Amino acid sequence: MALSGSQADIAGLSVSLQGVTKTYDSGVAALGPLDLKVRKGEFVALVGPSGCGKSTALRIIAGLSPPTSGDVRVSYHGEEGRPGQGIGFVFQEPTLMPWTSVRENVRLPLKLARVPAAQADARIDEALQRVGLSEFAKNYPRELSGGMKMRVSLARALVTDPEILLMDEPFAALDEITRFRLNNDLLALWRNLRKTVIFVTHSVFESVYLSQRVVVMTSRPGRIAAEIHVATMEPRGDEFRTSAAYADYCRKVSAALAPSYSGRSAL
Amino acid sequence: MSAQPNPAVAENGRALRWLRIVLPAIVLALGLLAWELVVRLNNIPPYVLPGPVLVLQTLVSDWSVLFQSLLTTLLTTLEGFIAAAIGGIALALLFNQSKLIEYSLFPYAVILQVTPVIAIAPLLLIYLPQQTAVVVCAWIVGFFPVLANTTLGLSSVDRNLAGLFQLYGASRLQTLQLLKLPSALPYILGGLRISGGLSLIGAVVAEIAAGTAGAGSGLAYRIAESGYRLNIPRMFAALLLLSLAGIVIYGLLALISHLALRRWHESALGKDN
Repeated sequence: MALSGSQADIAGLSVSLQGVTKTYDSGVAALGPLDLKVRKGEFVALVGPSGCGKSTALRIIAGLSPPTSGDVRVSYHGEEGRPGQGIGFVFQEPTLMPWTSVRENVRLPLKLARVPAAQADARIDEALQRVGLSEFAKNYPRELSGGMKMRVSLARALVTDPEILLMDEPFAALDEITRFRLNNDLLALWRNLRKTVIFVTHSVFESVYLSQRVVVMTSRPGRIAAEIHVATMEPRGDEFRTSAAYADYCRKVSAALAPSYSGRSAL
Repeated sequence: MSAQPNPAVAENGRALRWLRIVLPAIVLALGLLAWELVVRLNNIPPYVLPGPVLVLQTLVSDWSVLFQSLLTTLLTTLEGFIAAAIGGIALALLFNQSKLIEYSLFPYAVILQVTPVIAIAPLLLIYLPQQTAVVVCAWIVGFFPVLANTTLGLSSVDRNLAGLFQLYGASRLQTLQLLKLPSALPYILGGLRISGGLSLIGAVVAEIAAGTAGAGSGLAYRIAESGYRLNIPRMFAALLLLSLAGIVIYGLLALISHLALRRWHESALGKDN
């Protein structure tokens, strides 16, 4: 990960990827070259076919996986941050520690950062309250529904008060009704906290409903096929879901995705 | 989460649980009865085959001797087991921290495991004091399941959780303490459960190989000694005690495992949960 360069490059931006590629040890080219700039406070959705490197891109931004080539910059308090600094990550699975309570799961990032207990407690309470799980603090993950586990995962990502929230198909495994509710909750959180969100999803509808900008990726190795700006009223709600504008945006995103599924099978 | 329990289903479950206790008990009773009848009807002398009643009588009459021997064997087993638990877990942790150490030592752990302990025991008895040799035998047999299971557990950590620890800059010690050890706990406990029974086997094998007389001799020695003297009822009584000791050891370790995992691990949760 290149960390040299002037801080001016990152001004106003949260994440900047330039010519980023990823080739696995097996020789498979998974990603790129990818150029992506995300403004501070922006909600960007990454949509693309399976295996197009969306998740890989997130892992690279988080510093969990080094890019094969290219330049990755992530801002932290307006300056260039170290990999992983100021980042919250939500996986497709809730990825909770089954051996301990909800509260201790949310405490994990603070514990790893050695935040004093009293200070940590207040922040855990706040994070749990934000996702509406205060009453379930003492429960174990297995006692919760899929949607509630995802909320715990979200609370854990929020507890460090990150600047950037990376979400890797977080609601893909949930039923439609739970997903709609979590979509609305996520939008409400984003309106309040104004964090930068990069949200990977398979769902055209979800991408349009949530984001300000939908980045459509090609099949492997993933590059940007199209960007669709979703300029619509805030706050979004169910009336947006049923509006003509929403349908129009969905049509545009689907059209941009079409080459990935109309040609030979991606599988 | 908690639906109303269906009385019919609960009734059914209780009946099943009863059957699981009652059926083996009936089999045991029938087996003992048949054994006793065969011995009595054929007038088989006790030095050929004693009946279960005589075995029980012997157990009571020889209790002081047998109980002393039981304590000796259990002490050896316990020492071997503790050494196996500590050795197995410590070695697995070392392997997990350094691939070089793992590659260097793992083949020898396997060799120690696959070489029959009964063949090693006489050698150990030459080079080590007898009591130490017996404990070492129990350790050799017992440590490998702990090592293998702990190694497996430490390396089967959820990939995303490991990523999360990396993202938040966890130190090696934090990762070990907060992620790897808890993830490995069900495996470690599984290894200990196997190792408990094996330590008993190791102790018995070594005692038979040692074959020394005296006050400090264990149950296995009593069996060998009674065999030489054609005291077959006492052989059976000692065997019964050994078997019971094995069951108790297994039961205790299973209980500990259940208590440690009951709140979170699938293996310890009710099937209908």
